[in-house]
Amino acid sequence: MSWEIIMGIEVHVELSTKTKAFCSCTTQFGGDANTHCCPICTGMPGTLPVLNKKVLEYAIKSGLALNCSITQYNKFDRKNYFYPDLPKAYQISQLYLPFAQNGSIDITTKNGDKKTIRIHEIHMEEDAGKLTHIAEKGISYADYNRCGVPLLEIVSEPDFRSSDEVIAYLEKLKSTFEYLEISDCKMQEGSMRADVNLSVRKVGETEFGTRTEMKNIGSFKAIEKAIEYESKRQIEAIENGEEIIQETRRWDEALGKSISMRSKENAQDYRYFPEPDIPPIYISDEMINEIKSTLPEMAETKKEKYINHYGLSEYDANIITSNKTLAKLFEETNSYCNEPKEVANWILGQVLYLAGNKNLEYEEIKISPKVFADFVTVIAKGTVNRKTGRDIFEIVFDADETFDVNKYIADNNLAMVNDDGAAKEIVKQVIEQNPQSVEDFKAGKTRVVGFLIGQCMKALKGKGNPETLSKLVNEELSKL
Amino acid sequence: MDIAKMTALELGKAIKNKEISVKDAVLSVFDAIEKKDKDINAYVSLCKEEAIKKADEIQKKIDDGSLSSPIAGVPVSIKDNICTKGIKTTCSSKILGDFKPPYNATVIEKLENAGAIVIGKLNMDEFAMGSTSETSYYGPTKNPWDLNKVPGGSSGGAAAAVAADEAIFSLGSDTGGSIRQPASYCGVTGFKPTYGTVSRYGLIAYASSLDQIGPIAKDVKDCAAIMDIISGKDKFDGTSLDNDFNSLLDSLNGDVKGMKIGLPKECFETEGLDASVKESVLNVADKLKELGATVEEISLPFIDYVIPAYYIIASAEASSNLSRFDGVKYGFRAENIEGINDLYCATRSEGFGSEVKKRILLGTFVLSSGYYDAYYQKALKVKAIIKKHFDEVFEKYDLIICPTAPTTAPEIGKSLSDPLKMYLSDIFTVSVNIAGLPGLNVPCGFDKNNMPIGAQIIGQRLSEKKVLNAGYAYQQNTDYHKMKAEVK
Repeated sequence: MSWEIIMGIEVHVELSTKTKAFCSCTTQFGGDANTHCCPICTGMPGTLPVLNKKVLEYAIKSGLALNCSITQYNKFDRKNYFYPDLPKAYQISQLYLPFAQNGSIDITTKNGDKKTIRIHEIHMEEDAGKLTHIAEKGISYADYNRCGVPLLEIVSEPDFRSSDEVIAYLEKLKSTFEYLEISDCKMQEGSMRADVNLSVRKVGETEFGTRTEMKNIGSFKAIEKAIEYESKRQIEAIENGEEIIQETRRWDEALGKSISMRSKENAQDYRYFPEPDIPPIYISDEMINEIKSTLPEMAETKKEKYINHYGLSEYDANIITSNKTLAKLFEETNSYCNEPKEVANWILGQVLYLAGNKNLEYEEIKISPKVFADFVTVIAKGTVNRKTGRDIFEIVFDADETFDVNKYIADNNLAMVNDDGAAKEIVKQVIEQNPQSVEDFKAGKTRVVGFLIGQCMKALKGKGNPETLSKLVNEELSKL
Repeated sequence: MDIAKMTALELGKAIKNKEISVKDAVLSVFDAIEKKDKDINAYVSLCKEEAIKKADEIQKKIDDGSLSSPIAGVPVSIKDNICTKGIKTTCSSKILGDFKPPYNATVIEKLENAGAIVIGKLNMDEFAMGSTSETSYYGPTKNPWDLNKVPGGSSGGAAAAVAADEAIFSLGSDTGGSIRQPASYCGVTGFKPTYGTVSRYGLIAYASSLDQIGPIAKDVKDCAAIMDIISGKDKFDGTSLDNDFNSLLDSLNGDVKGMKIGLPKECFETEGLDASVKESVLNVADKLKELGATVEEISLPFIDYVIPAYYIIASAEASSNLSRFDGVKYGFRAENIEGINDLYCATRSEGFGSEVKKRILLGTFVLSSGYYDAYYQKALKVKAIIKKHFDEVFEKYDLIICPTAPTTAPEIGKSLSDPLKMYLSDIFTVSVNIAGLPGLNVPCGFDKNNMPIGAQIIGQRLSEKKVLNAGYAYQQNTDYHKMKAEVK
């Protein structure tokens, strides 16, 4: 009998507001230890939190984009626990009245399977600091730079059955928040973190099994590994007649294992109670409508437009719209040259290839849409062939917007040789110079045609029109 | 002329008229402290050097006309739970050690901008938890009227310093009566404003939803003048309120004609209420009636639920607010510890006094899972009911008058052994905090041992004008606030 994995995901996302949730310190990542903090975010005695209005605005955006109902009467609660990275010894969070509830999001896995994931709730809270332990000295250092950085916690329903679904969900959340410009969702910088609640049951069963919660998973790849490990662990345990303990487990990337942190019996009692320092916040219909009206066009809408209006394939449209930077590059470039398919091809081909080669995040791609559009025009007109095009594109990829593609082609004499007379001359020469190939061709080895075209292209310094050359070579050979 | 005996407004005026220099004002308060404070123990720390330096700066600004507030150049003393930049702020606790805040509380900024000069920090019950100022790590403060008696608390130092003329005026904080009750025991005027009218930014929190900073002074006029300076919306305190007070000082006219005053019968029938207290407080009502107010008996039927609700809410919030004192970042840290849990346990066990620990334990208990609904949630319901009752009363009445405390100051050492009795001494004051109302203590008489009695005047939220004006009317027609303790 086969097993089914049931998962619910809790995602923490750091909001990209300029200042922290309750003080005016910068939220910028990095910086020397304890340089992005003040008496308020370090919880000095007597200080008070005052909610940054941008946090509320960003939060409402996320709730609307994830189809949630927005809680209009909002309160914060204190989650109390002792840890040196939490200088107030409580985290300001929302337990009793999360600002957004009962939402949903559509995902498409890498195999093309579609699914709707239900969102249980989204709430606002604040981040903690960071501890660095120096084992040999027996000292721990606290850095409070991240203290008070606003977070959203997005809690899904237990709707996931595979790691593919989990990855597709996280990618969709990342893409959504990037479109909304409310978070940069960088797992490596900790601005996006996912905890996986996982249980297993035999297919056909309706009751959920006992779940564990895995924390500290640092990348999409690690999530896949952690899910694989933990589900296997649970299945083996049950098959060996052991009981699964409801507990929190830490994913240890180096060991490739999840390790028990604490069981439910030892679970901390956070003693939640309403935060008395922040008065309740009422979100009016006007505020919701105003924010609704400023929501950008999201991936779903763009995808439809790319397919129906620009004639892209669903696959291509999916990839380009999955990332705001790519979609923006596509739209801006196409606005100059109106060659949607060609632009899409180059984005999906060379842009992604070069970005990968150079180890760039999509957000770091600096290509100028104007130059890119000029380039696409040149390609579409057949001014250069594709091979030369790829070489030129490497320069276009890094060039600033003053770069003149046409001038570059002229200066370097890269234009495709479209002169049939000149090409015919070369073809004749090449065939004369390669009698063995001609013999082979006559003996039925048609693959020499490719070789001969290649030789012609070489003689033309790569600037030949591949279609013309192919036609001419075949013509000449058939005359023999 | 004994400068230290002057009110803030009298001294401010004399400074403005160049009759007294700012430096002389500051020095004469330090003189008084040096003479009296070894007996009273009102101060935890003094900042004489800084104050004298400040005095010169302020004098220049007064002379060149750039500073014209009515208290420019007047010395002020601050309860030691209000943060003063670079000046030790201890909450009278061992756990804060010699913590020097890196910032000023908003009230300090406002007072300094008005030209007041901070001269020292005042003793209190540890973390404002107590009604006698005996729980201080720095030893108890004595009542200037009788050194064997407590000054009340938790702002005991603030009230005693003003009563003993060791301070011109002071700022205290009031969570369940901590300004009004010591003001009553020490025979001075103390005002707890509407919750939110004075910024709490920089007040080291005991119970955030109840805490409020307010003045303790020699009369109502001073309280009004100080309120004009320290009140107002603060961008650093989300719970602070806008108000339309304009000038409370200017609004004082002593006219109470037509004012409707309610006397809650439950307060005057309370078991343990001193006969002399009852009589003196009823005399206040009579005096105001004489001046044209109408007085009627009213009912506050919730009075039995006030103390339990208060101790649950205040302790719950305190257990969270005081968690940050863990030995990691500032203040006291226990020695010879092994590991983080040991650091927490040892630091907090050694750093907090027993009353504080008692309340942290109570607060932790009432918030713990499984008990939250039975205690904290229920206390919040009581809070809502109390608020509603007061709202109903204030639909018909302008003010409520009742005793500030059921008795005069008890002897040192008699209260802590019977904490329930001590908690009951707050019975007339805590409901005012629970409902967020303004409450004023005015001295109104003496018991047979010549210990001061105080009356409490309570108004609807943001009705500071009415409350202060009634107190002003009373003080214009009586002399109790001018009576001075003789400190031998």
